[in-house]
Amino acid sequence: MIRVQNLTKRYARATAVDQISFAVEKGQIVGFLGPNGAGKTTTMRMLTCFLPPSAGTATIAGFDVLEQPFEVKKRIGYLPESPPIYPEMETVEYLRFVGRLKGLSGAMLEERINYVCDRCFVADVKTKLLGKLSKGYRQRVGLAQAIIHNPDVLILDEPTAGLDPKQINETRDLIKSLAGDHTIILSTHILPEVEQTCEQVVIINKGKLVATDSVRNLQERARGAETILIEVAPRASAPDASLTLQIQQRLERIPGVSRVVCREPSGPDMVFEAESQHGQLIRGDLARAVVESGWDLNELRPASMSLEEIFLQLTGSETHSEPDKTPAPQRIPASEPNA
Amino acid sequence: MRNTWTICRKELRSYFVSPVAYLLLAMFSLIFGFFFWNALGYFVIEGIEMQMRGQAIPMNINEQIIRPLLSNASVLGLFFIPMITMRLFAEEKRTGTIELLTTSPVRDLEIVLGKWSAALILYACLLLFTALNFSFLFLYGNPDWKPLAVGYLGLLLQAGGLLAIGTFISTLTKNQIIAGAATFGVCLLLWVLEWVSGYESATWATVLAYLSVITHFDSFGRGVIEIKDTVFYFTLIFLGLFFTSRSMESLRWRS
Ligand SMILES: Nc1ncnc2c1ncn2[C@@H]1O[C@H](COP(=O)(O)OP(=O)(O)O)[C@@H](O)[C@H]1O
Ligand SMILES: [Mg+2]
Repeated sequence: MIRVQNLTKRYARATAVDQISFAVEKGQIVGFLGPNGAGKTTTMRMLTCFLPPSAGTATIAGFDVLEQPFEVKKRIGYLPESPPIYPEMETVEYLRFVGRLKGLSGAMLEERINYVCDRCFVADVKTKLLGKLSKGYRQRVGLAQAIIHNPDVLILDEPTAGLDPKQINETRDLIKSLAGDHTIILSTHILPEVEQTCEQVVIINKGKLVATDSVRNLQERARGAETILIEVAPRASAPDASLTLQIQQRLERIPGVSRVVCREPSGPDMVFEAESQHGQLIRGDLARAVVESGWDLNELRPASMSLEEIFLQLTGSETHSEPDKTPAPQRIPASEPNA
Repeated sequence: MRNTWTICRKELRSYFVSPVAYLLLAMFSLIFGFFFWNALGYFVIEGIEMQMRGQAIPMNINEQIIRPLLSNASVLGLFFIPMITMRLFAEEKRTGTIELLTTSPVRDLEIVLGKWSAALILYACLLLFTALNFSFLFLYGNPDWKPLAVGYLGLLLQAGGLLAIGTFISTLTKNQIIAGAATFGVCLLLWVLEWVSGYESATWATVLAYLSVITHFDSFGRGVIEIKDTVFYFTLIFLGLFFTSRSMESLRWRS
């Protein structure tokens, strides 16, 4: 449904989007994930024919955004970063205006207005001035506007930004419920949003594509080779090098454990990192082994990467929450678009 | 065409739900009404004086009231046009609604025409109110209506050209005030250009005077439709709208 090939946007001073390629199949809901300034809005503006690409191509339903913008525009619904509403209009009036722009008229138009009002939960503010609506309602009117002509593709730029948690949940549910009828691409800088709403994820940072994969695959990989952090305290003797080695060897014998390293072999704390083989759960076995050998288990926690950490790592962000964690680097290569 | 009408209607609505339209109507009517009663006062005094001197030169309402009033109206328009056009694009750019318009299956030219025609219709409403004043003349005298009609046609054509320029300037900025001030400056300049012809007759002065929108109104004020003046106004409208739609295009390339 959406094909993006080496899409590039250069501004006078910087390259906002740099050779991005990905593809979205019909009916999918795709999260476009990246920190602020990554180039999400710029990419979406190119997909919606608002900005022309500097290089590369993008096609929507087979129509090129540069060659046949008119055909593309007919098939997309777009919710920009801030809902494009006219404060002096009433909700219904606004939807009627947008519907006419999208080519609807007559009974069909009125029918669609009623439908989208119900669908997006704005039926109770039909005759309210848009300027007087709360942020949550404006966002929903923005969504209603985007789906009024029943477009094949929905492009939503940070649809939950600036909403309170309750509104965020409502909006996410609404978007999910729209997924059956439309191909959706939504941008966000919030990771759980992608985990909760999307099937596919496209991660970009500083204009470059970092990864594209299904959310499940990413989670699998995150979960796959788990790294567990264990702190052991010997009950009887003082910690020394031979004991450290002994514990390490004991842990390595556990089935499913691929590697055990000691954090500080000469230090007083005996902290180990046990890495599991792909898909193996080793926490219980680790705990049991330590206790059954007569040692105390002071701490046991996953040091593996959550999706969040993968994201932070992939995007090279420095805001690491726990600096003592040094997860084994897990490169997820930017796979080719599965076209 | 349908899209043009959709946009035009939306613009008209936003003029008339806000106080803008009413304020402009009130101000325009008030000032023009003042001109009118002044002109009428002079006309009456002059008439009485002539009678007292025993002269019997026939008084001409068309020449002595309508013609000067029409040219007053054409100057007055210069001050109101910026207030009509300044928000057209600047506001949409500021609030981001321009993204809605330009990502809808609507051609740039349709958007431009819709906005410009809404501005022209609002201006026509202003003129309609001035026409009320003239209807008094028809009640108490019998002026020739044809020169008046031609005069109004001229006023509309002139406004069409200036509104097109104002619409163009509005695409250049996000700030309404800047758009308004710049349009006002250009309108004023296009008016005073004519002054050079007062003391200079070289070619450059003739060209400058030709560019002045006011000089082309004279013929309409006299009740004559001159081809060259009509062509001038149509050229102004065409160029203004052309540059507006080009500007909308390049707005995207630049932004
Ligand atoms: N009109 C513009 N002119 C110059 N640079 C821009 C413009 N718009 C965006 N940028 C730059 O492009 C980069 C990507 O911006 P954007 O697409 O808005 O990111 P995101 O939506 O992911 O936060 C940013 O570094 C931003 O400064
Ligand atoms: Mg953005």
